[in-house]
Amino acid sequence: MTQPYKELAIQGLWKNNPGLVQLLGLCPLLAVTNTVTNALGLGVATLLVLLGSNLVVSAVRNWVPNEIRIPIFVMIIATFVTAIQLLMNAFTYQLYLALGIFIPLIVTNCAIIGRAEAFASKNPLIPSAIDAVMMGLGFAFVLLVLGAMRELLGQGTLFDGAEALLGEWATVLRIEVFSLDHYFLLALLPPGAFIGMGLLIAGKNAIDQRQQQRQQTEKAEITRARVTGTIA
Amino acid sequence: MSFRIASSPHQHSQKTTSQLMLWVAGAALPAIAVQSYLFGYGVLIQLMLAISTAWACEALILAMRQKTILPRLRDHSALVTGLLLAVSIPPYAPWWLIIIGTAFAIIMVKQLYGGLGFNIFNPAMAAYVLLLIAFPVQMTQWLPPTTLQTYDLSLLDAVCAVFTQYSCQGYSIQQLQMGIDGMTMATPLDTARTDLTMGLTLPESFEKPIFSQGAGSGWLWLNVAWLLGGLVLIQQRVIQWRIPLSVLGSLALCSLIAWSINPDIHLSPIFQLFSGASMLAAFFIATDPVSASTTLKGRIYYGILIGVLVFCIRTYGGYPDAFAFAVLLANMAVPLIDYYTRPRTYGHKVKKGLL
Repeated sequence: MTQPYKELAIQGLWKNNPGLVQLLGLCPLLAVTNTVTNALGLGVATLLVLLGSNLVVSAVRNWVPNEIRIPIFVMIIATFVTAIQLLMNAFTYQLYLALGIFIPLIVTNCAIIGRAEAFASKNPLIPSAIDAVMMGLGFAFVLLVLGAMRELLGQGTLFDGAEALLGEWATVLRIEVFSLDHYFLLALLPPGAFIGMGLLIAGKNAIDQRQQQRQQTEKAEITRARVTGTIA
Repeated sequence: MSFRIASSPHQHSQKTTSQLMLWVAGAALPAIAVQSYLFGYGVLIQLMLAISTAWACEALILAMRQKTILPRLRDHSALVTGLLLAVSIPPYAPWWLIIIGTAFAIIMVKQLYGGLGFNIFNPAMAAYVLLLIAFPVQMTQWLPPTTLQTYDLSLLDAVCAVFTQYSCQGYSIQQLQMGIDGMTMATPLDTARTDLTMGLTLPESFEKPIFSQGAGSGWLWLNVAWLLGGLVLIQQRVIQWRIPLSVLGSLALCSLIAWSINPDIHLSPIFQLFSGASMLAAFFIATDPVSASTTLKGRIYYGILIGVLVFCIRTYGGYPDAFAFAVLLANMAVPLIDYYTRPRTYGHKVKKGLL
């Protein structure tokens, strides 16, 4: 992978992660991450919409008048969301019911319009596609981690109801880590999502800080012992 | 005679944090005694579980934050948090309930915000709300007072009930909850509320045995004990009169107005003041020096806000008692209240403010 593409990957997956750093698309992020299956479903849907919209926006970027670019972007995004919604209705009906209003609401996910505006409308086709995939993966990754955390704490399982997304064979994926007599409702309810999200962001910042400290100590070793003149 | 030069504030209370917290814990003793007389040994077991969990969590987080452990444990704030949570939950709630609650209070609500003095929410009440939302069934299994219980519970029974949810003879909590008339009992506030939704008027509801002594059998005495402890705290100048008086005053005023309009569906002021967590919350919880308002005027507004919120939630809301929610909501309003009630600096003119 060449340098700019690598940079795009780092930006999307970690440094500028739409979920953890930009805090975009928080509404679906917090609302549907009560199980891994829901999180995965919405993550994949968002990724596909993001890929489609970034590709089209990038392809038409030279013909879109600057003044009305936002409505045009929203229409492009809405087209893809409608397509995804119909596909989910046809092939993963249970998941379609479980996610409900949050599928059409992908249109309003700021992460998608944000990428269209900030990246795809200024860059050629292939970087836009890679940016979309990386950003989408970063978003889906946060959804998955949060979903796993909440499902594990809330009902002690993982991949509960995965057959709704992946088909009948997926019932074997269901892992019962420990059995609870009483669901820990807080983890399944929205307040649990907020607390979990806060902990994830804190964790990411802690990792970044530790890395920064390590880099600083490495840099400190290189500095000269005697400095004459001004330091640039 | 020595003249020390020090910065303001010049008026000191001579008590240290540790002494203040011990006074609070000590003033709670009469009420704890009454509560364990009324509801059995379960109260004491919950207290032990809560306080040991609180100390363990506090020490763990202090170690992780690389702070000195023992001096900070000796300020006894963790003890008070554990104590307040333990007396708020049902005495025979399962053991893991109080452990989850206390751990949440100390780790998430207190230490993650920076430890004692930095938490914006009252740790015990935030944990209570967490438990109430996460485990609604376990959090409402109050037993009737001992005088109305069908089965006597020994100390061993109490231990069994807390750890296995069955007494040693094998009665489940649901069976133990039955009163002498064979009906499952809840708290007086809960009973009054349920009866109202079933179409009974309050005078009809008050004929049930749970209401046998004014504000509900037993609960009256419990509240009197908390009131006594609170008065001791005021006398010792551990807390000031402003918050308790404004909480109880506004609650009484609101309920007096409602009660005089329609006594059939509104609880009397006396019942409101001497039932549920009224006295406990007014004297011991709302007066938390960290999360309450800090200005003199602000404390009055803070107390009024809590009283009005409690009345509204008890009367129109979805829960029978409301002090935890009211205190948390008022905690959120504290920065705003403090901002608008800043005292006049000496030598400056009075500014016309909002409040």
